[in-house]
Amino acid sequence: MKTNDLILQFTAKIVFFIIFFFSIHIFFAGHYTPGGGFVGGLLTSSAIVLLVIAFDLKTVRTILPINYMYMTASGLILAFATAAYPIFDGKPFFTHYFDYFNLPLFGKTSLHTAALFDLGVFLVVVGVTMTIIQTIGEDE
Amino acid sequence: MQVLAIFIPLLAAILIPLLFRYARTIHTGWFVLIVPLLLVSYYVTFISRVMDGDTALASFNWIPSLNISFESYLDGLSLLFSLLITGIGTLVVLYSIFYLDKTKEQLHNFYIYLLMFMTAMLGVVQSDHMITLYLFWELTSISSFLLIGYWFQRDKSRFGALKSMMITVAGGLLMLGGFVLLAQMGGTYSIRGLIAQVPHFWDSQYFVLALVLILLGAFTKSAQFPFYIWLPDAMEAPTPVSAYLHSATMVKAGIYLVARFTPIFAVSEVWIWLVTGIGLLTLIWGSFFAVKQTDLKGILAFSTVSQLGLIMSLLGASAIAFHVEDAANTVFKYAAFAAIFHLINHATFKGSLFMIAGIVDHETGTRDIRKLGGLMSMMPLSFSVAFISGLSMAGLPPFNGFLSKEMFLTAMLTLKDFELFEFSTWGILLLIVAVVASIFTFVYSFYFVFKTFMGKLQVDKLPQKPHEAPIGMLIAPLILAALVMLIFFIPNVIGSVFIKPAVFAMQPFLYQDPFLSNMPSSIDITVKLWHGWTAPELWLTVCIIAIGAILFVTLTKWQKLYRLQPEKFSINALYDFVMDGIFNRGMAKLSKRIMHGSTRHYFMYMFAAISLIVIGTLFYKNAFKLSFKAAAPIELYQLILIIVLVLGTLTTLIARSRITAIVGLGAVGYTVALFFVMFNAPDLALTQLVIETISVALFLLVFYHLPRLGKVKEYTPFRFRRLVVSIGIGAMVTLLALSAHSQKLVQSINEYYKETVYTLAGGGNIVNVILVDYRGFDTLFEITVLGLAGMGIYAMIKLRLSRKEKSNESE
Repeated sequence: MKTNDLILQFTAKIVFFIIFFFSIHIFFAGHYTPGGGFVGGLLTSSAIVLLVIAFDLKTVRTILPINYMYMTASGLILAFATAAYPIFDGKPFFTHYFDYFNLPLFGKTSLHTAALFDLGVFLVVVGVTMTIIQTIGEDE
Repeated sequence: MQVLAIFIPLLAAILIPLLFRYARTIHTGWFVLIVPLLLVSYYVTFISRVMDGDTALASFNWIPSLNISFESYLDGLSLLFSLLITGIGTLVVLYSIFYLDKTKEQLHNFYIYLLMFMTAMLGVVQSDHMITLYLFWELTSISSFLLIGYWFQRDKSRFGALKSMMITVAGGLLMLGGFVLLAQMGGTYSIRGLIAQVPHFWDSQYFVLALVLILLGAFTKSAQFPFYIWLPDAMEAPTPVSAYLHSATMVKAGIYLVARFTPIFAVSEVWIWLVTGIGLLTLIWGSFFAVKQTDLKGILAFSTVSQLGLIMSLLGASAIAFHVEDAANTVFKYAAFAAIFHLINHATFKGSLFMIAGIVDHETGTRDIRKLGGLMSMMPLSFSVAFISGLSMAGLPPFNGFLSKEMFLTAMLTLKDFELFEFSTWGILLLIVAVVASIFTFVYSFYFVFKTFMGKLQVDKLPQKPHEAPIGMLIAPLILAALVMLIFFIPNVIGSVFIKPAVFAMQPFLYQDPFLSNMPSSIDITVKLWHGWTAPELWLTVCIIAIGAILFVTLTKWQKLYRLQPEKFSINALYDFVMDGIFNRGMAKLSKRIMHGSTRHYFMYMFAAISLIVIGTLFYKNAFKLSFKAAAPIELYQLILIIVLVLGTLTTLIARSRITAIVGLGAVGYTVALFFVMFNAPDLALTQLVIETISVALFLLVFYHLPRLGKVKEYTPFRFRRLVVSIGIGAMVTLLALSAHSQKLVQSINEYYKETVYTLAGGGNIVNVILVDYRGFDTLFEITVLGLAGMGIYAMIKLRLSRKEKSNESE
């Protein structure tokens, strides 16, 4: 039983990008305004879920050939590595570094290792959510 | 560099999977061989320094705030052990290259575990800090667990691996308790620091407790009575592992520990009695039951148990030297010397015997001594090695075992004359035990060597046609056998290079006499090949050989006696009863009673427990305090939202179709998100909205697979109970929230966050900064849990799927 859901599929393609970029914005904005890695990750996965609903799991798998288990693992490694880095600097575990830089195009910007940690969170959230959805969705 | 050397095997292990995968034509063992070879040549450079009584110390700060550091402390004792670990390690790796087939075996696993073990062992013997010592100690247990269970498809391997780990880890935990007590008394975790202030705390009330706990750790590791039961089962490991772990290194960690703590505990009589007594008991028990075994490796396992007991008893005797004045000049100094000497000798002859057992197994396909015999003509080289090492184990000249056994007898003879702690009355018993055990040692050594290689060849009973092993496999045992002979002829060189520095490390107080120089070379012990006709040791040896020979010749007649011991009353049966009877079956029964497979009931239990505990605690602590003073007025739109919330919940509860329930649940979630928006929590609202969306989508995705609602009919009492539980949970949450709002015991922490969020963390959004910075640990472990949950779901569903497919195929 295949229904013709052209409008849904077409809209989904556009909305996917809107949500995805919004999630990136949310991720970076997180340090100063509402947002952060957790919500950002959830938004990204919701964008992918939208695609899954509009098309189906197999199609999405071919469009985004990502191994979400690896994604989870790399997120965890990134988070742990960010937290562990200060040890080699003689500082306690989980010391964050931040400073302000003058970057071209952005002007005065603060760069923060917390963002790296947050990126790890982001990756784990996307990885886990999508792993769960994929495995449960595929379980026939 | 010195600290790094400990970790080199572990670092090398990272490369092993790559080498195994991409260099398949070459046996992975050849690459691994480089590591112990490098290390042994590195440690050799320390010999000359340590011979002069010098020590080398290097450390690396690990957790400075807790004063925990990785330290490498090389004195005579730890250097000797390091050389044994890396030296025997080299030979074992060489042997394993020919023993393990590169096409059939999972070599990368094997060598990773082996290298991990090497690091752990080096760490144990070199650590000066007791916490890192404990860390490495348990790492040896874990890596030996992996090595014993290397052929994990076999039930017996898994059983043996588990058994060894249960016993040694339990002992290790007790030992940790001892360490902590000791550190509390002495105020430091450094062993050197403790030794330096020994007399200060030996009358503390916890001194004996700490002593017993630490001894338990040493006894479990060194397979002393009654903890030896894991060692015979550990023989399921591949033979290189048995040769390495169960003769030369891991089981000697307990010996090392006792030797290392001798200066601290020797003042106590309990120490002397326990170490000597348990050692002698293990010695006689192990040697007696070795003759019962029919498996080649089984015989060796029991013989290792007994030999470890021998070394242990000598260590106990060496502690007496602390109680005698001028001990350095009396005859008591022999005990420590003999212990270390026998330790070295045991490593050489037992290592090669294990390798021979492996070769026999490899070339004939069986290790059952009843099927073997007459292999001498087929395998002349193996026989020579077995002959030399076996006779050394039996304590015969001209092999090194003879020398250390003579010294053992000397030490036991002196114990008899000693009048401290009533040894004068009991001493003769010790001597009798020692002699009887030596007789059985003689018997099992001959049993092992001659039943295998002499007699009639029974080719039809052997699974394979026997022939000599490839030369590569023989190199390592040949080297060890050569050492066995060499040590006999140059015992005093070995003595001054290896043994005296080790003894010096064990008994530092004895040799710091103004008249004697503060150097290992001041220990005036020379090993004599010949004691003269009047020496009692000689006549004891003659007696041992004579009785042993008679017993060996009449072996078939009296070996039946062993059948008299019923299996039911052995220590193994006790272990099985505890592990299988209590933990496996008893716990299974218990969990079956509670967990009968209905999620609804589990939830009910959990919720009932939570509400009971929380409400109970609130009442007990008198924590209820309801005040509505600070409460804001309820607006009309809030009221409307609440009505929506309640209606949504009710819809979910009474809905007859799944989709209605999902929509109802979604409504609840979105309404809660709206509340978050209203109460100035945009972060929470955002997250809640996205979560709601995703979970609704997930529901839709799995819609087809869910069971229909309303199928489960339950009788009324159950529904009533559920009503009570849900009201309880509701009441609990409401009361908790209200009383939390009504009373403020401490000032709210949010002011602190508000003030410091920019200066300390360089951020603006408090919620996010808390997540990634202030409470980063929480987040780190949350995402770890999240990752594990994802992996769990993946594994459960995928594995179930693949199993289903398999069962379909088999049908």
